[in-house]
This record gives sequence, structure tokens and C-alpha cells, in this order.
Amino acid sequence: MVSDEQLLRVRADRDVCIGAGMCVLTAGAVFDQDDDGVVAVLDETPEDIDAVRRAVANCPSGALSISTGTPAGA
Amino acid sequence: MTDTVMTEKSELPVHMRRAEFDPVPELAELRDGPAIARIHTVVGSQAWLVTRYADVREVLGDQQRFSHARFLERRPPGMADLSDEEIAQARAGNLLAQDPPDHTRLRRFLIPEFTVRRMKRLEPRIREVVDENLDAMEKEGPPADLVANFALPVPSLVICELLGVPYVDRAEFQARSNRMLDLSVPPKERTRIARESRAYMAKLVAKAQAEPGEDILGMLVREHGDDLTTDELIGIASLLLIAGHETTANMLGLGTLALLKHPDQLALVRDHPEAVEPAVEELLRWLSIVHSGIPRVTTTEVEIAGQKIGPGELVVLALPAANRDPALLPDPERLDVTRGEMGHMAFGHGIHHCLGAPLARMEMRIAFPALLQRFPTLRAAGTEPGFRSFNVIYGLTSLEVAW
Repeated sequence: MVSDEQLLRVRADRDVCIGAGMCVLTAGAVFDQDDDGVVAVLDETPEDIDAVRRAVANCPSGALSISTGTPAGA
Repeated sequence: MTDTVMTEKSELPVHMRRAEFDPVPELAELRDGPAIARIHTVVGSQAWLVTRYADVREVLGDQQRFSHARFLERRPPGMADLSDEEIAQARAGNLLAQDPPDHTRLRRFLIPEFTVRRMKRLEPRIREVVDENLDAMEKEGPPADLVANFALPVPSLVICELLGVPYVDRAEFQARSNRMLDLSVPPKERTRIARESRAYMAKLVAKAQAEPGEDILGMLVREHGDDLTTDELIGIASLLLIAGHETTANMLGLGTLALLKHPDQLALVRDHPEAVEPAVEELLRWLSIVHSGIPRVTTTEVEIAGQKIGPGELVVLALPAANRDPALLPDPERLDVTRGEMGHMAFGHGIHHCLGAPLARMEMRIAFPALLQRFPTLRAAGTEPGFRSFNVIYGLTSLEVAW
């Protein structure tokens, strides 16, 4: 359970990313690819967390994760 | 504890045997039973066949313990007349023959060319190519061979333009791609074709080095010419050309036949734009045209499905079994285009996940509805479709259609 004070934060490891683009297809409001084709997180605390969970599960390289943290920054 | 699935050298291993669209029932029995078995690959090597979704995903996602490079280092059986230098050349630039960090380095050069945004920019041109081929087919038929007139030429022209390969040369390189993946072609003949193919690509690379164009080859020369050897350029271009042909082409051919056999689902794809994306994913899952991809070699002792496996052993992934695992989705043997999602492994998984997947998806999302809208009464006609089994990629040799 995530308490009200906690925030789900989307993280992407740009060294692990292989630029498959699945996250962009799954949750285009949250993920993009930069000019190098590598993942860029557009929104670290998105509302549609279900789409993000699908993107995390589908990511071929395992570059994406969701962590809990406080708004102050954990 | 494992069962041994016996196969003769001349016979296909169980994960490659199919009855039309479906893997043979023995494959599901293996997956839902012992889950792992000793097999002989098509070239006669002993290997472990991994079948469950979770196990296949684990192997594909772990390049530390399951190496690509160690497999491609091996001399292909029957190819004794290839020199060591030729084997080294054939590996250079071939992303499928590399582990990190070599793989990472090559892939990073290429991913900007296959981003979702780049594919969107390509979309109008893909639509044009699709429409031009449909125009030609309409003029010529009915009847027409859907494979020769639509499924193959659409992705072929697209990859040629993208890469910088003259489409006028298609007769020769299409024939070569086809023969190189055809497992019934004797090794000597495949060696000859591989040399021919390499010589052809070497000429194109030399041309791009002299005068780089606005295509992937030109980009690689312009932006990474100092980082990439000529052998690597030849290897990258050769892999992209073959991969761009044989995959989407077979999905379009086989996928159309699958829809023709499920008319209610065909009507959904034809009449409802929002049905197209899930339909493409479900067709990818259900058809799983790549039987297994590149076998892995264990780098250490591992355990898969309760089986201990020593280092240096071959591991083959049964993608059709994994994609029809009841653990992935209920009623997995049924085609249901309304439920398609991206969790399948038709494009693989892990760091070698298909580089061209965004292009393939875009091509299919455009081509299927365009074909079905152009010919609303499309039907299989005349001779039986030719299923090709003895090939690295499953598909149709021909599909005669009328409308």
C-alpha cells in the first residue's frame, strides 16, 4: 500500500536502455526517446500509473522501474 | 528429470514443427509437462529446448549467463571451407553475434533510426508504398499471389529506401535472403550465397563511403565512419536487409491468411481502426513466425525448469510455445484480435529485442487494414497456400487470393 504522503516515481536507466521504444508506444505521455533513441522520462509522477506499470513490464532491457518516494525527494 | 524428444537429424525439432498456424501438440505437452527437453537442432547439434513463457523470458533477459557471441563464434557445421577470416568478417557488425559491450556499441549507432518518432515520419511513405502495391495488384488480378504482389514487396521497398539499397536489385537479394534462411539449402550452397551477398553489400558500402546518401548507410558513414570498420558496415547492412525482408513479409502473408480463416475478426480489422493495433499484437503472438532466434550458450552452470545445465551448452528458446503458454494468457490457442497486447515475445526480449520492431508494427498497422479495405471480398483462391517449415522464419511461400 502506498500512503498519501508517498509518491510513485518513474525511473529510467539510460545506460541499460536499448531504445526499443516500447515504453513510448505503451505510455507516450510519460516516456519519450531523445535524439539518440534513448529513453527520456517526461513525467516522473504520472497519473496513469497502470500504463506505466505495463511499460515497465514490457520493457525488453529492464531499464524502467517505479519506486516510492516522498515528494520532498527520497 | 527430463524427457528426450527424439528427432532425426533430417527432421525438424519439435519447436519448428507446425500444422498450418499451430505448433504441433507435442510442443504444448512438453511445455505443460517437463518444460525442458534435449533436442537436436536442424544442423544436428545437441541443445536444451526451453518452452515456458517465464523460463524463455528469463533466458532472453540474461545476457550474462546466456551468450550470443559464444554461439556465433562456433564454426557453422558443414561450412569447413569458410576461412577463419571469413568467419570473423561475417561476425563483424552482426548485432546478433555480439554480447555487451560490443552489442551495446553497435546498437547505439542504430537506435536513433528506429525510434517511434522516426517511424511516424516514415508513415506517409509507407502508406504510399502500400497503396502503390495495391494498385498494381488490382490491375493484375484477380487472382494474384498475395506473397509476391503485396506481402514481400511492401517491406522490401521500405527497407531498401531506409537502408540505401537499390530496389532494382531486388530479384537477386530477395532470392539470396530467402535461400540463406532456408534450412534445406546444403551448407556448401549457403556458403556460396553468403559470399555473394557479402560482395554485393561491400559494393554498396564502398559507394556510401564515397558518397554518403540520406539513408541509414549514409548516416552511419557520415556520423560514425571513424568508429565503424568497413566489415562492420557491411555486417550491419546485411543484417538489416535480411531482417527487414523476411519478417514483416511473412507476418503479412501468414497474418492475412489467418484473418481470412477468421472472417469475423477480419471484419473487425477492416472496419474498425481502433481494432488494428491489438490485432497486430495478437497476430504476432499467435503466429510467432520466428521459431527461436539465435541459440544461446551457457557461460556458467544454470538451472532452468529444475534442470541443471553446465557451462558451454546450447539453449534454444521455443517462442511459439512461450507465446501460447496458459501462464501468459487464458485460452492461448485461440486467435482473438480484440485482446492483443505487447507482453508477447514474438520480437524476443532482452537486449537483442528486435531493433526493427517499431518499423514492423508500423508496416503491419498500415498494410492489413489497407489491404482489407481495398478488397473487401478478399478470399483465398485456387491452389492451397504453401506453408514453409524448413526455414529460420515460418511463413507462406505463396497465397493465391481473389476478390
